[in-house]
Order: sequence, then structure tokens, then C-alpha cells
Amino acid sequence: MELTGADILLECLKREGVDVVFGFPGGAVIDIYDAIPRYSLRHVLVRHEQGAVHAADGYARASGKVGVALVTSGPGATNTVTGIANAYCDSIPMVVITGQVPTPLIGNDAFQEVDIVGITRPCTKHNYLVKDVDQLATVIRQAFYLARSGRPGPVLVDLPKDVVQAKTKFVYPKSVKMRSYNPTIKPNKLQLKKAVDMFLDAKRPLFYVGGGVISSNGSEELSWLARNLNIPVTATLMGLGAFPGDDPLFLGMLGMHGTYAANMGINNCDVMIAVGARFDDRVTGKLDAFAPEAKIVHVDIDPTSIRKNVRVDVPVVSDCLEALKGFKELAQARLDEKDWKKVHQPWVDQVQGWKVEHPLTYKIDPECNKDSGDGKIKPQFVVETIYELSKGDAIIATEVGQNQMWAAQFYHYNKPRTLLTSGGLGTMGYGFPAAIGAQLAFPDKLVVDIAGDGSIQMNIQELITAVCNDLPVKIVILNNTYLGMVRQWQELFYARNYCATCMDAQPDFVALAKAYGAEGYRITEPEDVKPVLQEAFALPKACIIDVRVTKEENVYPMVPAGASLTEMLLV
Amino acid sequence: MRHVLSVLVENEPGVLSRISGLFSGRGFNIETLNVGPTLEEGVSLMTITTTGDNQIIEQIIKQLRKLITVIKVVDLTEMQAVEREMMLIKVNAENGNRAEILRTVDIFRCKVVDVATTEMTIEVTGNQGKLCALVNLLSRFGIKEIARTGTVALKRSMQLD
Repeated sequence: MELTGADILLECLKREGVDVVFGFPGGAVIDIYDAIPRYSLRHVLVRHEQGAVHAADGYARASGKVGVALVTSGPGATNTVTGIANAYCDSIPMVVITGQVPTPLIGNDAFQEVDIVGITRPCTKHNYLVKDVDQLATVIRQAFYLARSGRPGPVLVDLPKDVVQAKTKFVYPKSVKMRSYNPTIKPNKLQLKKAVDMFLDAKRPLFYVGGGVISSNGSEELSWLARNLNIPVTATLMGLGAFPGDDPLFLGMLGMHGTYAANMGINNCDVMIAVGARFDDRVTGKLDAFAPEAKIVHVDIDPTSIRKNVRVDVPVVSDCLEALKGFKELAQARLDEKDWKKVHQPWVDQVQGWKVEHPLTYKIDPECNKDSGDGKIKPQFVVETIYELSKGDAIIATEVGQNQMWAAQFYHYNKPRTLLTSGGLGTMGYGFPAAIGAQLAFPDKLVVDIAGDGSIQMNIQELITAVCNDLPVKIVILNNTYLGMVRQWQELFYARNYCATCMDAQPDFVALAKAYGAEGYRITEPEDVKPVLQEAFALPKACIIDVRVTKEENVYPMVPAGASLTEMLLV
Repeated sequence: MRHVLSVLVENEPGVLSRISGLFSGRGFNIETLNVGPTLEEGVSLMTITTTGDNQIIEQIIKQLRKLITVIKVVDLTEMQAVEREMMLIKVNAENGNRAEILRTVDIFRCKVVDVATTEMTIEVTGNQGKLCALVNLLSRFGIKEIARTGTVALKRSMQLD
């Protein structure tokens, strides 16, 4: 039997195990929408295509599956670009399907035509324009394969309207063969051995882990290695949750807003085992001064990540899980040789000394309530309270800026896939739609978007998406009426010239929540933080909690851009 | 240092843009880029000459390999290779200069492919050095136009030490 392109697409999605699609219809995809009701596929109607892509991204990060977004041509397609670039920077598996004008019109500046394949070439792992319905099934199969294998990433498939309408016999390819794409999954054994010998015999070894450990599901192996060999762990923003946040061996996040212990650890370690992390400039600070005494082992599935920024002594091109398994196997064989825990204990003692010396903290004014600063609410305290109330069992999404850094610092991520945050691109407006995606993947979990008053306004229209899909996402706005992080930079490095960062003209977030059919709360007193959050978290509907926090609170520690990690401004 | 990369690619629409976009987007330098079909249908060979230190060249090669449509990348600078470029050069050729131009053409083993009363077009192939030398020699007569293909290269069959 012959099927239309629309049916072929939906059949393929079914076979790829897709159960939810985030989308927004339009003329070029109307035939696909016409076919959707015939399939047991949940379509979530967003209010802006950027929201669809971020929601698919949040769904993918939380569940480990491929997120899917479906949008129309032209503006529908261009509205996805930020979301796609965001997923590309953070290596999130995603397939974005865009409509396109009919093939005879392509290139004619037709209504709602845009060269989305050209536009997204630099920010997708790969992209396709399907010109013939006979290619459709193969392309969709390849798109999913590319999105989830190797270094994951977003793949865009552009579908002209006539291709979607055309009919052909549906043949779902049994396997995918692409001779030009063969990611290295298994590590080289010699390199593994070199690495293990190097960090076992090291005096001051340190794990520096990133999002790759989470996306490869390597957390268990990492924990085994760290605990059995007594090696401290620091994580990037993307790596938070890869190792239990409350483990004594965990030093917290490193880098620009990293902890004192983590940054001192980097500065003093003699062997660094970098796993699934890419030495981003927010992590390394001044490159010449980064880990000056360390030999570096770098595990990454993407060879371009290795030696891109730093010299590497032992490169291991491999899936992180496979490499960590390999490390574990080799280390196990050497467990009887020496008491490795004892070997590394003096270093662990030193590292833990730093934790005690300069823990993450914030200033509390003794005149006021102990939980508050200058009579108002400290944003860090709000994050701590979210951790306390959720017992660390929530999925936290964040926006971008100070709220994101406090969410990284003051909530302990004990399990992987519990922090959804825009690491590489730093996309304001990411958190809330991502939280919607995560809530769809885990309807029974507490999902909290830790937001700023600036960021939340970038995709606030998705409130109605949450409400009409019964998604009880909680948005906690750390409202300081500033674009806080930029204001912090202006304060510290631009002589307090607060140009264009004051946002005291604000919507009434509580009324706004109610207008959308969600619940709204405002907290202005420190003693209300806990009870109100408790009430909101228990409510089975979407909520905005507008918390009026100390206006000019800064994120510390802070390494000024371009400085070395030891040059931290502390509280 | 100058490197010559031989890049085998799937001949799909947009593949050239993927490659050139990679270079421009990441701030790598392209000196020449040449594309043509190979023996195999659907596969093209690009010869790219580029410059950069070792670390940059390593990144360029890795980034090229990462592109889904790229089948193989070989750095020909690391081996012995035959390199050629073709150039058409249109030069002023007044009566008094004609004999000397023709002599030069002869010495360089190139061909005159078009003649008019005041100018001459010469076809030349060779490595970069030869082409540059010819341009130098002819420049005193006045060069009107130049069209160059960019380098094409193949690994030598025998890699002698």
C-alpha cells in the first residue's frame, strides 16, 4: 500500500519510539497535522516555535530520549534557530522537522520560504532537505541515528509540502549505513592503560567531568572510580549530577563561578582526568594558567574537542561510559597492589581543607532574620530551600544568568539528568519550556524552573502550554528587578554604569499567572519562603512564585573573565 | 605553514557550503579550494590549501572529518604528492614584446591559447613556484587578467624516503 509523505513521517516517528512531539502548525505542514490524529502520538501545541525546541530539548535531557519538534516553513523554521543552536552547544539529541514550500517554488522567494537548511548548517549536527518522497523514510531514520549516536546533537529535516503530499510505498530501512559517519565508541586500550597508570600513581589526581558523562550514562562508573580510588571530582555546569552533589569527594562546580575548592583543586592537581568536558573558556579562565601542574587525560567522543583548547597528554577518543568502564576494569586489576585510598588521602585532606576554608556561602546581616540579608530575601537561600523541600529529588531547569549560577551552586544534584540548563549558548528563556518538556517526560516529578525576572519574560507565553496540558511546572522567579548578571559585571568592571539592566517596570507576575490559568504567589518576607514554596510545590498545577530577593546580590566566587582560576573574588 | 588537504566528499547539494562554512565560521584560512568529480559516482574530491600552525591544521582536519558528508581527509603535506595548478594569463603583447613572450612561453612549456593584435592568452600548468615565476616574468609586459584553478594534488605512488 502506498502512503503519503505525512504518513511515512509519522510511521517513522512511531518506529523511532517517539511518543511526544512539540509543535506549531502552519501551511507547509498542514498535511502532517491532518495525519496526526490517526496516530497515538501526543502533540503538544506550544505558543512559539522556540518554546517547542526548548521543550523538546528539556524532554531529551531529562529522559535521555531524542526530543522532537515540528514546525512550519519560513518564520516557523527561523524561530527554531536559537533552540537548535542551544541544543547543538550542549550536544542534545533532537530531531527538528520543518515544513518547506513545495519543491517547484523553492528558490523563488515564495510565501513563507526560507533556506532553513542553509541557515542551520553551522548549528546542527547535520541537516537535510528531502526532495523526493522515496528518500523520506531513509532520511528520518538517518536523522534519528545521527541525533542519538556519537556526540549527540540536533538534526534538522526540511520537508517540502509536495513531498509530504506525495505517495509512495513505505519501506522502513532496517539499519542505517553511512560510510562517512563512524563515530569511535570504544576506547583504545593502550591509551586507557596509560591513563590509568598515570592517575593511579598520581599524588593529586582530580576528575573534571562534563555533560558527556551524563549523556553517556557513565555516572555509576565514575562514582565507583572516585570512591574506590579516593579521587575528588569537580564538574562543569553541564556535568552537575554526574557525581552526587553531596558526596564528600565532590568539590562543586569549577570555573568562573566555581567553588574555591574546585578551582584550587584544578590549580594544584598533578593529573587531571577530563571526561566528557570540553575546556570551555568559562571553565578554564586564563588558559596559560589552567591546571599548570597537571598532566591531562582527556576522554571525549568528539576528536575535535581534544587539544582544541589545552594540551593533552593522554587523549582517549571514546564514548565516556566505555572509557570509564575501561578505567574501572584496569583499576580493579590493580586494587590489590596498593591501598590507593591511602595513597590519595593526603590530597583528599588538602582538598577538603579548601572546602572548609571557603565554603559556598552568602552574607547574612545579623540585624535581620537569620535567613535573610538586608531585611530582604537572599536568592541563595531560596535555592537552598527548594533543595530542602524537594529533598534533592526534583528536576531543576534554569534560565540564564545569576539565577542559573545560584541554582548550580546551592542545589545539590545527586542524580544525573536532574539539572536542565543552557550551558554552552547561555540562552535566556530556555528554562521554562525545558521544564515543560521534562514534566511531560516525568509527569509525577516535581519540576522547578529557577528563573530570573529578565529571563522568564523571554518565553513566558508557554504558561498556557503548561496550563492546558496539566503540567504542574513551578517557576520560581528570583526577582531582583535587574538583568542581574550583566548588572554584576557593570558593578564590578564598568564603574556601576547600570545601563539598560534595570527592569523595575515589570508585569504583575502573580496576576499574569492567574490570567493564564496558573497559580501565582509573591514572597517578600524571608519567613514566607519555606511555607509558600511548600504550598506551591504541593499544588497540582502550574505556579509562578515571584520571590522579591535582595536587589544587588552578586554571584561569588567569581573569576573575572580572562583571569586565572586562582584569582577568585570571594564573598 | 601551508598544507594541502585532499578531502573526499559525498556529492550532495550544499556540501561545498558546509566545507566553506566550516572554514569561515571557525576563522580558518582557505588559500585555494578545488572541487571535481572522482571515479566513483556521487563522490567528489576537494583539494584545499590552507595555512596554520600544527594545532590549527589538526583542528581543521578533525573538524572536516566531523562533517557527516565528508568521507576521508588526507593531509598531503605529510607525504610526497604531486601538486599542480592551471592558470590562464592574459598579457599585453605589442609587436616589440611578442618574441620575448613567446620565448618565455616556450621555456616554461606553456601554450598560447589565444592571440589578438595587442594581447595574448597563455595556458600554464605547474606547481605554485612555476606559476609565480611566470607571473613575475610576464608582469613587466603588463598582465591584464589571470584565472587560476587552485591546486589539485594526488599522493605519489611511491613514497621514497
